[in-house]
Amino acid sequence: MKGMSLIVRTITRLLVGFILVYGAHIVLYGHLTPGGGFAGGVMLACALILLVLAFGKEAALDIVSENAASAWDCIGALLFLLIALLGLTGGYFFRNVLDKGKPFDLLSAGTLMWSNIAIGIKVGACLFLVFLVLAAFRIRDEG
Amino acid sequence: MGPYILCSIILLLGVYAVVAKKNLIKIIIGLLIIEYAVNLMLVLIGYRAGGEAPIRTEAAQDAARILVDPLPQALIVTSIVIGLGLTAMVVALCIRLYEKYGTFDVLLIRRLRG
Amino acid sequence: MNDNHVLPLFVALPLGAAFLIVLVGRLRESLSDLLGTLIAAILVVCSLQLVGAPEQVYHMGGWEPPLGINLVSDALSTLLLVIVSSVSLLVCIYSITYMKGYTSKPKYYGLLMLMIAGMNGVVLTGDLFNMYVFLEIAAIASYALVAFGTEHEELEASFKYLVLGSVASSFILFGIALMYSATGTLNLADIANTIDKNGLNAVMTMASAMFIAGFGLKAAMVPFHAWLPDAHPSAPAPISAMLSGLLIKALGVYALVRLFYSVIGVGGMYTNILIGLGILSMVVGVILAVGQWDFKRLLAYHSISQMGYVMLGVGLGTPLALAGALFHLLNHSMFKSLLFLCSGAVEHSTGTRRLKELGGLWYRMPVTGTTCSVASLSISGVPPFNGFWSKLLIIAGAVQAADRFGPVAYVLAAITVLVSFLTLVSFVKVQRYVLFGALSEKLKKIREVPAAMCIALVAFAILCLALGVFCPFVLEKLIYPARDVVLDKAGYIGLVLGK
Repeated sequence: MKGMSLIVRTITRLLVGFILVYGAHIVLYGHLTPGGGFAGGVMLACALILLVLAFGKEAALDIVSENAASAWDCIGALLFLLIALLGLTGGYFFRNVLDKGKPFDLLSAGTLMWSNIAIGIKVGACLFLVFLVLAAFRIRDEG
Repeated sequence: MGPYILCSIILLLGVYAVVAKKNLIKIIIGLLIIEYAVNLMLVLIGYRAGGEAPIRTEAAQDAARILVDPLPQALIVTSIVIGLGLTAMVVALCIRLYEKYGTFDVLLIRRLRG
Repeated sequence: MNDNHVLPLFVALPLGAAFLIVLVGRLRESLSDLLGTLIAAILVVCSLQLVGAPEQVYHMGGWEPPLGINLVSDALSTLLLVIVSSVSLLVCIYSITYMKGYTSKPKYYGLLMLMIAGMNGVVLTGDLFNMYVFLEIAAIASYALVAFGTEHEELEASFKYLVLGSVASSFILFGIALMYSATGTLNLADIANTIDKNGLNAVMTMASAMFIAGFGLKAAMVPFHAWLPDAHPSAPAPISAMLSGLLIKALGVYALVRLFYSVIGVGGMYTNILIGLGILSMVVGVILAVGQWDFKRLLAYHSISQMGYVMLGVGLGTPLALAGALFHLLNHSMFKSLLFLCSGAVEHSTGTRRLKELGGLWYRMPVTGTTCSVASLSISGVPPFNGFWSKLLIIAGAVQAADRFGPVAYVLAAITVLVSFLTLVSFVKVQRYVLFGALSEKLKKIREVPAAMCIALVAFAILCLALGVFCPFVLEKLIYPARDVVLDKAGYIGLVLGK
């Protein structure tokens, strides 16, 4: 898949960092503001999809390959399961065992922030992989 | 009462699209409309008259606000995620079907019968 | 505070295994076989440990009911868990050699583990929306598994299954939304409590109608059955066994029984609807099955018919009929899975599913032939195999219901006997065309299937025989406690809310 024109590529090069940071912000502040793991993960995936659209598939795959996306997908899910199993130390599966801190702080609400991070990683990698798989059919048609 | 009836009409429109349309993509859009109608129903159920978004603030008069029910909103987010997974799957199936059969017409994709 | 943490394992272990298998299966394929079979074996051990153990409520995250999500294990859930884990283990063993020709084994095992996790979740959970989430996990995994071979017919069948299945799931979610608006809570026991105190109103009746439509489609009741004759034959044989043997039971029949007996409280109108659906499925299923010439399509139509038996027993509601229905649930998973695995073995060796092209296979494939005969005798209701006892119990239950339903009950019993006879006719046809008769020239060179598949076939056949011969023991340990739980709505409420 070829990329797009010079203007699009320049703007993308400037903006991708900001989109990634914004997605990470939505994920990290998920217990305080609306959003959380899923919405932030979708934005992370969109940043990577923007790379594919602007630079073409080969250049984007050099940055995050298909195998890497699949591996991060599984790692995110296993991390979430690990956090849930951590609750067993507090007596119940999935219990919120970490320190709750002060309300409205970033490091409050115990395991919520870490669960959001795990889900953000998983959803980001998973949606990017879905896009790659769906876009692959077009490649075979053109070539 | 009005919004609930309109929501049911959207649901029925989605069912009509799934049942009566011949193009695979239109059937998929019908599925999506049914999903949106059910999510809308959950939103309508959670509403409280005069309520605001259920986010606590640090303001002093926070305790006196009326908030809408936050539980249906969690259900809706879950339902949207499930819908996303389903949509990804059905679109991938559709692409593969086009590769194999060469058409999007449901009436021509009928090898299984009897 | 409970010390026994085995209940979340039923969901967490397959979920973790699914992602672990996809992650490490890329390195060596045999690792995915090993991990999948190991997890299935651990689940069988855990579920057998629950049989006879006292009932248990697990509070996820430490939140007390009715606020939090609970996992409830009573006798009905234990019965379903035993069925799910034993069939899954044997299907995993069978898949070790059967799936060698397909594209990606790690992804296959990943999807299979997700389906098992979803079914375990539906069976164990005590929360209405949680049931929907696990139902969707299992259903989406099954849509992908039906299309696993990516040939023409598999994709078409999977698309049809997906569209119908997702409309049904949306209707279920609509019903859940209505039920939440009517009662204000999602906990099953709390909803049951509210209905006990305030009675049913129009919104709850609409929600029940949505549930019957949605879960009825998942259970393949006529008139919601149209996806099953396409989806079950097109899937790879072990997946057909899982779909027919487990998915329509755990997602369809169990959910209907739990909702209509333990939550809504079964009354006049709902029972009649369930009986009507059951009779219709039984008759339509078997009549359409007798005329089929494709082996797996014939088995798929019989699945519809046998689920009609179960629904009839559930609808009648007398103690004998309910015991017969639950026992038939157990038996049907065993012999229908065995039949589908046999058809997979036949297809693996000969490459065809058409009855007219097969013949005389018994002489070249003795293991497959014997186990296929055992399964056919079981489904036709021939003593001493297991099908006979469960069908007898359902017929006796129908006769017992005559004091509530009048002479209609005798007509129902007569129809049941007639359908049983037609089942025997179609399986005699299968036997004659597949196993006996003359061995055609093209098939003279075929060999018996590999060892892993034989182990699974023989294990299922032994289970069919054992369930029939040791029927009183099985009834007392597994079926009668489950039946008592179904009939005891107040006991369910007390179990979850009392603690």
